[in-house]
Amino acid sequence: MKRYAFAALISALVCTTPIVFAQSASDQLAEYRRMLADGNPAELYEAEGEELWSKPAGPKMANLEKCDLGLGPGVVAGASAQLPRYFKDTDRVQDLESRLMTCMETLQGIPQADIVKGSFGRGVRKDLEAVVAYVVTQSKDMKVNVPATHPKEKEMLALGEKIFYLQGGPMDFACASCHAVDGQRIRMQDLPNLTTAKGATEGWGSWPAYRVSSGTFWTMQRRLNDCYRQQRMPFPIYGSDVTVALSVFMANKANGGTIQTPGLKR
Amino acid sequence: MNITFNKLALAGAAALFMLAASPTSYAQKVDPAVQAIMERSFREQGIAKLDRIQQDDFQILCSDAKFRDSPEGRKKTEQLQAAALAAIKPPSDGKYLGDWKAGEVVAQSGRGATWSDTLKTVNGGGCYNCHQVTKQEISHGTIGPSLLNYGKIRGTSEPILVYTWNRINNSKAYNACSNMPRMAHFNLLTEQQMKDVMALLLDPASPVNK
Repeated sequence: MKRYAFAALISALVCTTPIVFAQSASDQLAEYRRMLADGNPAELYEAEGEELWSKPAGPKMANLEKCDLGLGPGVVAGASAQLPRYFKDTDRVQDLESRLMTCMETLQGIPQADIVKGSFGRGVRKDLEAVVAYVVTQSKDMKVNVPATHPKEKEMLALGEKIFYLQGGPMDFACASCHAVDGQRIRMQDLPNLTTAKGATEGWGSWPAYRVSSGTFWTMQRRLNDCYRQQRMPFPIYGSDVTVALSVFMANKANGGTIQTPGLKR
Repeated sequence: MNITFNKLALAGAAALFMLAASPTSYAQKVDPAVQAIMERSFREQGIAKLDRIQQDDFQILCSDAKFRDSPEGRKKTEQLQAAALAAIKPPSDGKYLGDWKAGEVVAQSGRGATWSDTLKTVNGGGCYNCHQVTKQEISHGTIGPSLLNYGKIRGTSEPILVYTWNRINNSKAYNACSNMPRMAHFNLLTEQQMKDVMALLLDPASPVNK
């Protein structure tokens, strides 16, 4: 009897309050992700990136197989799980994309400035993005491991935290305006709280991702770039220290969380 | 013509506000290391110039929770709020309420002020990004409070008109670190657009109050 009453209550809820069930886009997206679990279109980029990794290119006609992403030359498995990190040869903290620019310049002779000047999804930048898809897939299901122990990493972590809360532009927005409280939305879009381990794992741990709405693979640099566009800020330079510092901050918060890259987004 | 005049009036109000707000006895400095990394990491693009990373007093205060919560920070908060409130201009013709239908268009649009917009872009208020406004629109954000029945609950007495006008013009006059953009301060909305949003919130015929 009780069970019937419960069933009746549920059906009444379903019939009278469909809005409640449509409140969050995340339910539908979760379903969509489940359907595409074995076929994220990012795989196309990944396959291209794997090829580009071993294919001679640039003025030096060299491949990227000697690129050191932090675990030694040529080691790709688990590499993006421990990025950003400090690199002795550049004396900088680098994220995956700024590090790949270093490798493309030193190994292949492609000037970093050319990639920085370019646009997302075009030219050499597009090749780099494909390599990103390849590299991040090799850290899927691993744990984020960005402890920020080197003094320069600590410095970037502290700067990243301050920049996360830094308001600017004509709408006074900071990253924190949208990403420092649990359970908030812009329109129907759920916003991860990047100041918590759970939210940072959701955010940091699922980018780069294939974006269904634009039909393109977006790297973390591209994600941050569009965040700053919507913050009404000026244009963050590709691979700049602000983007790396914010990445250190997010990755550090996500430490220990499981990586789901490449992700699949609306 | 009218719009141009309003823009000028608003720019004037914004300039007055800057004058009133900038000379403070609690000048708070931006961390030089943060300022340096910001300056070397951005470039201008379209209408988004580099002056946007130069913080004003509100932005400096609200970027630093520790200072904001200190006795000095609280003093500064009061000072900034008072100056902002004093700088808000009432509607030039004394009429607070425009057309709620036009207000709904403003509330729906989140356009404007990005580097992919131009000076000709008609800005939106982006209200639905953060607020529930009408029952009909279920695609709304939750960063701000629900505005359902805003006018039905409060009525349209003079103090309510003035308060609501002020909130839209410069929400930070009441809450220095409110997440809501200062719509008049940076000329984000025209006077007419703000009147239309007022009508959306307060007109008994508006779907907000149905």
